[in-house]
Amino acid sequence: MAIKKFMFVNRKAPYGTVYALESLEVVLIGAAFEQDVSLAFVGDGVYQICKGQSTDGIGMKNFSPTYKALGDYEVTKLYVEKESLEARGLTLDDLMPLVWEDEDDDYAEKPSIRLVSSEELATVFDEQDVVLSF
Amino acid sequence: MPFEANGKTFETDEEGYMVDLGSWEPDCATVMAELEDQPLTDAHWEVLNFLREYYDEYQIAPAVRVLTKAIGKKLGKDKGNSKYLYELFPYGPGKQACKYAGLPKPTGCV
Repeated sequence: MAIKKFMFVNRKAPYGTVYALESLEVVLIGAAFEQDVSLAFVGDGVYQICKGQSTDGIGMKNFSPTYKALGDYEVTKLYVEKESLEARGLTLDDLMPLVWEDEDDDYAEKPSIRLVSSEELATVFDEQDVVLSF
Repeated sequence: MPFEANGKTFETDEEGYMVDLGSWEPDCATVMAELEDQPLTDAHWEVLNFLREYYDEYQIAPAVRVLTKAIGKKLGKDKGNSKYLYELFPYGPGKQACKYAGLPKPTGCV
């Protein structure tokens, strides 16, 4: 199977709609088929990877721990749009420290999150074969 | 098909995966395995316990490729390969082991 570059663009907060969870499921499926998968978090999508999520009050499953498994699936490129983060008064410290383990470097943990400007993100989009928006 | 373990009835979906993942107990694994003529040894339990821990931490059933790699890291390279895991779980380490461990079917598994 030919390997394509897939970009999943996450635009919505995690629990008001089913978009975030659906995107994550498709990401895991794409990665299981050994495709080159990247994620982008823009707009309210940045809330998906915020630390300390709790769904106790809304009776939904808290699926935020699953983002920590992305490294195991070799999904190591998580682009976060700087402007979106700043507009919400957030910094990198408010996001989960998502990492991947580099097998070729004695399993060293390396950060998966890449903070990029909107302009840089446009360049990344340009390099993709498939862009899917959620 | 629902099954009985420890005097209780457990519901499953049409493929035999437990509906209420929270109600799993070790006897569930033993009974589900017996129904498929698959005796569980310590080696099987090692994988099942690993899967339970993985699910607790990440809230998903890992794809078989991810499972293989993670087992290799935790339990040693001699166990982190598909030959070893398929010998233990001939119907597929993802599908069969996740079922006994009370996990959902792995995402991306057909």
